Amino acid sequence: MSGNESGKIRYGMVIDLDKCTGCMTCAVACQQENNVPFREDETKKVRSITWLEVFYLDNGKPYPEHRKAYLPRPCLQCDADPHPPCTFVCPVNATQRDEETGLVAHIPVRCIGCRYCISACSYHARYFNWWDPKWPKAMEEMLTPDVSTRMRGVVEKCTFCVHRLQLAKDKAFVEGRQELEEGEYVPACVEACPAKAMYFGNLADSHSEVAKLAKSPEAFRLLEKLGTEPKVIYLSSQEWIHKLADNVV
Amino acid sequence: MDSALIPEGVKRCSFKAFCLWLLVIFGVIGFGIVGGFFVLWKGLNVTGLNDYFGFGLYITADLAIIALGAGAFFTGFLTYVIGKKELKDIINLAVVVGFICYTGAQLVLLLEIGQPIRGWFSFWHPNVHSMLTEVIFCITCYTIVLVIEFLPLILENRQLDKVPEFHYFSHNLHEIMVVFAATGTFLSFFHQGSLGGLYGVMFARPFAFRTGFFIWPWTFFLFVASAIASGPALTILVTMMVQGITRKKLVRRDAISLLAKVTGFLLAFYLVFKILDTWWWATQTAPSKGMSFGEFFKAPYGMWLLFAEIVVCGIIPAIILLTPKARNDDVLLIVACVLDCAGIVINRFVFTVQNLALPVMPFDHWEIYVPTWTEWAPTVALIAYGALIISLAYRYLPVFPRERELNPID
Repeated sequence: MSGNESGKIRYGMVIDLDKCTGCMTCAVACQQENNVPFREDETKKVRSITWLEVFYLDNGKPYPEHRKAYLPRPCLQCDADPHPPCTFVCPVNATQRDEETGLVAHIPVRCIGCRYCISACSYHARYFNWWDPKWPKAMEEMLTPDVSTRMRGVVEKCTFCVHRLQLAKDKAFVEGRQELEEGEYVPACVEACPAKAMYFGNLADSHSEVAKLAKSPEAFRLLEKLGTEPKVIYLSSQEWIHKLADNVV
Repeated sequence: MDSALIPEGVKRCSFKAFCLWLLVIFGVIGFGIVGGFFVLWKGLNVTGLNDYFGFGLYITADLAIIALGAGAFFTGFLTYVIGKKELKDIINLAVVVGFICYTGAQLVLLLEIGQPIRGWFSFWHPNVHSMLTEVIFCITCYTIVLVIEFLPLILENRQLDKVPEFHYFSHNLHEIMVVFAATGTFLSFFHQGSLGGLYGVMFARPFAFRTGFFIWPWTFFLFVASAIASGPALTILVTMMVQGITRKKLVRRDAISLLAKVTGFLLAFYLVFKILDTWWWATQTAPSKGMSFGEFFKAPYGMWLLFAEIVVCGIIPAIILLTPKARNDDVLLIVACVLDCAGIVINRFVFTVQNLALPVMPFDHWEIYVPTWTEWAPTVALIAYGALIISLAYRYLPVFPRERELNPID
């Protein structure tokens, strides 16, 4: 990690693409956990809100050399120093990185909907609410009470399920603890992955599983050359995926 | 019917003809209001914008008219601060054009943001690191300066001028106009630059990102230079247009020629740095971000845009404006000014739309942006709004101080 290391906690994610089957369970879990709105007609993908999007990759070669993979992309929670690309552009301080945890948060009730952050993010990890959110009546009963719904005209994005961090902190406080154990705070996508392809933890803690995996020779980050210092690290044994993940001139 | 309001010693068209003209203008403005109402009522889903194109026609139009509105501050700077007295012929019109551009841009901004009711948050929760904060503050302050600069002209209306308080207030404002001209220059320098900085600081967007000086990317300085190289061109164009429509000589040719000459030099100055910037961007900045220059262009946003911006709408008008014989020819002067203004619109379009069309993730794809009528209608209405203000100002205010002298009534 060469990015911002001012805090002793830098929550991050490792995703093993060799294990990912592209089943989309992570995306569904995310959608459900975070009350992400959807519409009856979602055919216009450039307006679909998908905090965690699963991209299809292939090596472009014909059979028998043809290879494919799936790449789940949550918000990459960029750790660039001094600012991630999206936060410092916001004119109203509606999005900030918490330097104690490294989490990049967004405050929808302060957002004016200028979409400058959307334009600044090269990973397309930010979404605008083009419509007022609506759920079928029965689903309204099943919304997550810890995540507020967003209104039309504001931006939203993956928060690494920051509400789960708050719940874990509350639990630790009740139990008289100051620090969280590894695995106490895990986003919904990581918890739901049936292939166990997603790992989550403190990248700044060299003993954590994610920190060890991040040092693997199979580890890489998306668009490394941009200098965004993402805290989502991918693993793959396939060279073509490494090459595809970063533009090579 | 309205002859009591028309300045003394000048001739205007009949009130009936003027009303018919206003009717056409109000028709276009009405169309824009309907489009704007739809956007506010239904939300931005009625536009062509999406999560790829967070910015589109509204922002392109805003940036373009703010750049073209630079004629006001720059002509004011030349007239009052540098002391080019011959430009007093044209300064009133330059201020009116600037007023139209800046107030129009703010009206469109109201539609552009997803939560217009929260617009005031920009002042209440300002992020000092954001270029957009600087833009919002400077544009608001400069619009106030433009209102102050426009005010003496309004108070010079034949009837208003009869009120002694208005007369003296207007006279005193004239006396201290150099202060406002200097303030306007300072504010404009920063917000024109910040609009460029807006793009240049996007370090995760290789098309827009630029290295720079201290906290300012090179686009900061290029946007200032391009604004002062095109704003006066719009002022000249509007002057020629008003002269053409009214079939009158309203400004002495030497004032227009002087402004055209200055514009030519500024355009040439800008182009030198624009070409250097493009070369550095193509050979250094883009590769450092993992992209090649060729990847930045794909139909319909092809290399032709760069050629049109720099050669057709840059080098050609610069040559015309720098050649005394050519800039003294009315037709060539109009061609040069139109090309100059078009060049700035292309530049702002490229930074706004082409920048976002480019897929940065290698497995991503190009997108094309198509604005809808709800975006076109308010944008076209902006032009009609400009025509309305200029028409009213020309009819009822002494916009052109030399009009009486150049068009004596027997």
